[in-house]
Amino acid sequence: MYKLTVEGLYKRYGDIEVLKGVSLKARTGDVISLIGASGSGKSTFLRCLNFLEMPDAGVMTLDGNPIRLEQHGHGLRIADQAQLQRLRTRLAMVFQNFNLWSHMTVLENITLAPRRVLGLGKQEAEERARAYLDKVGLPLRAADQYPSFLSGGQQQRVAIARALAMEPDVMLFDEPTSALDPELVGEVLKVIQALAEEGRTMLMVTHEMGFARQVSSQVIFLHQGRVEEVGAPAEVLTTPRSERLRQFLSGNLK
Amino acid sequence: MIEILQEYWRAFLWTDGYGLSGLAMTLWLLTASIGIGFVASLPLSVARLSRNRLIRWPVQFYTYIFRGTPLYLQLLICYTGIYSIEAVRAQPLLDEFFRDALNCTVLAFALNTCAYTTEIFAGAIRNIPHGEIEAAKAYGLTGWRMYIYVIMPSALRRALPYYSNEVILMLHSTTLAFTATVPDILKVARDANTATFLTFQSFGIAAILYLILSFTLIGLFRLAERRWLAFLGPAR
Ligand SMILES: Nc1ncnc2c1ncn2[C@@H]1O[C@H](COP(=O)(O)OP(=O)(O)OP(=O)(O)O)[C@@H](O)[C@H]1O
Ligand SMILES: [Mg+2]
Repeated sequence: MYKLTVEGLYKRYGDIEVLKGVSLKARTGDVISLIGASGSGKSTFLRCLNFLEMPDAGVMTLDGNPIRLEQHGHGLRIADQAQLQRLRTRLAMVFQNFNLWSHMTVLENITLAPRRVLGLGKQEAEERARAYLDKVGLPLRAADQYPSFLSGGQQQRVAIARALAMEPDVMLFDEPTSALDPELVGEVLKVIQALAEEGRTMLMVTHEMGFARQVSSQVIFLHQGRVEEVGAPAEVLTTPRSERLRQFLSGNLK
Repeated sequence: MIEILQEYWRAFLWTDGYGLSGLAMTLWLLTASIGIGFVASLPLSVARLSRNRLIRWPVQFYTYIFRGTPLYLQLLICYTGIYSIEAVRAQPLLDEFFRDALNCTVLAFALNTCAYTTEIFAGAIRNIPHGEIEAAKAYGLTGWRMYIYVIMPSALRRALPYYSNEVILMLHSTTLAFTATVPDILKVARDANTATFLTFQSFGIAAILYLILSFTLIGLFRLAERRWLAFLGPAR
């Protein structure tokens, strides 16, 4: 059985159709990399998965259960808000710009949603937070710092710890290293790689082709809102079938 | 100078023999109006940014009126205007409320500072980085949870420097209270001046009291900023 499936996802902004029927199937432990040129709809796709953007059409299931949507005007809307809430606790997102809550300490950032959404007690949430801080390689004394006192790489690792603390079923990464100085990219990739090797289910938008090849079980190439090519990384990245992917890869040699 | 102090020090500080006066009255005016204004402005600032026009427009209209007219005029309307309406005097509850000069004064001050505070907080909410709100949604913090745990704590901190200005301005605005016969610091100074003709000394004492109050408030807000705005980072 699939952990997460998406079937025929469409999304338009005004006159621009950004996603034109994107589908995807992920089993537990899959690491799926989404690649594609800027503007091809990668972020939009990821954001549709936890309904930060409302898709115009499409079917999505988590553990075989479809997310219930209903027709609303010309588009869709969530039929059951409680189901949306549950879905969001099970898909944890790591953003390109970290999006840590700047007025909270690292510890508060990591414990907020476990406490206020999952309903964990303070102590349990803090223990969990410390464990995941350790896992992403941050010293415990970082717990009481505000994010703005940390480097970009450290902030992104806090954001990963925040996602892990939800103990989600699927982790969504939207270009987790694109906002980082080059010398900080490695430390974050190392953390993500460790998570991949643990067997976590992950969906990752990335421009790091070498990394995608190394950790993914599947690579999806999006072009103008459509899945142009999909397959094992060795296949897709070394012997691309379409001219477009060939061009994209040659412009992205790393 | 000595005579004024001997005669009026009590009145300047806390009582004129009938009730609160001077410094105590000024502080009461300030805390009551700021307190009411703060509490009321929290929901109003959220309503001010509502996507629903029927919620947004009344609040916008309110802040527009109260920021667009002089406080003195608002005080006059509350103090004399409303009580001159027959229907108000006919209502026992309203009659009792508006007969009291202090009630009218606090009402006018609170309405005024609430209008400014609402705009300050609404601006601070608008200035929260969009990504932080997005992250809140993505982690299941929606609706009131997002406001209680993410938006308001962040907005109130960011608003601190502007809010402290509003409080200092409100302190100085309380000097209008004497026009409604409320015995604040300035009223005591005027009484002392009328009785002794020591004009410079009478008002000088009042000025010193206001200075002390202002600097105490500024100091307190400094401390608050050091604590609550530390998150803005080392490069602030
Ligand atoms: N909220 C929005 N309103 C209007 N257009 C949008 C919106 N969000 C995205 N778009 C448009 O949708 C298209 C796809 O955007 P998206 O961010 O998904 O691309 P991407 O593949 O993630 O690109 P990048 O690699 O630059 O991050 C772009 O043309 C973008 O301008
Ligand atoms: Mg993107």
